[in-house]
Amino acid sequence: MAEGSNAIKQRNERYNKYVDTVTPKTSIPKALFHSFAVGGTTCVIGQGIGDIIMLISPAMSKDMVANITSMILVTVAILFTGLGFFDVIARQGGAGSFLPITGFANAMASASMEFKTEGLIFGTSVKLFSVVGPVVVNGIVWSSLAGLINLWILGMY
Amino acid sequence: MAVLQTIGTYATVFATGGTLCAIAELLIVRTKLTPARILVIFLIAGIILEGIGVYDTIFKVCQAGISVPIVGFGASLAKGSIDMARSVGFVGAFAGGLVRTAYGVGVAVVMSYIVTLVFSPRAK
Repeated sequence: MAEGSNAIKQRNERYNKYVDTVTPKTSIPKALFHSFAVGGTTCVIGQGIGDIIMLISPAMSKDMVANITSMILVTVAILFTGLGFFDVIARQGGAGSFLPITGFANAMASASMEFKTEGLIFGTSVKLFSVVGPVVVNGIVWSSLAGLINLWILGMY
Repeated sequence: MAVLQTIGTYATVFATGGTLCAIAELLIVRTKLTPARILVIFLIAGIILEGIGVYDTIFKVCQAGISVPIVGFGASLAKGSIDMARSVGFVGAFAGGLVRTAYGVGVAVVMSYIVTLVFSPRAK
């Protein structure tokens, strides 16, 4: 009995060593640098779009400039997803490509495209929020709570 | 002077946006957190920052560096909810976040649908 469990232990150790050798080693500093560069660049592009809109129509409110900026970023990211460019960026960028709002748009578009074969209603329409659902649901729940807390508790003071 | 100021702003935007993404990347490689969980963590961080009223101060310095990452989406949801709760009463808290972020989410849904109709998924 004891011998049997020992053999299993040895086998597991061998297996773990094998898994370690075949798992691709990602260099952490390199991955961090790529995320930093891709994420930073995306934010700079967003800033640039906002600045250009403000130059074109200086009368526009700050909120509207922010809205249009995110609409442009989202549209470009989704077009890039459709054309297949986004995958190239995402492979290098890691978190730099999914943390900005462009990553949110990409997750939505790629889920929608992936299930096109199952039909527009049961494929695309059902799966559209399958990746970004957690973000939308948690966003609505916790922001509603923030609004209520602000009104009922912070509003007293 | 104005040129220097613009360069400074863009450098700050690049640095903050990049740092946030590098933190997210570090969470991926060092912990077992999945991208979806990390997105939710950053989103809730944005809601909290807006809820306690410090987001505006950070935004004045970092600008797109904090508003383009998902943190800005959370802050925008919370700001909408708070503003509407204060203007129309507690029912506004449930609508405000959606109203404020509807521009981005709306265009994302419509564009995703159109892109799906136009393009076919490619092999990975």
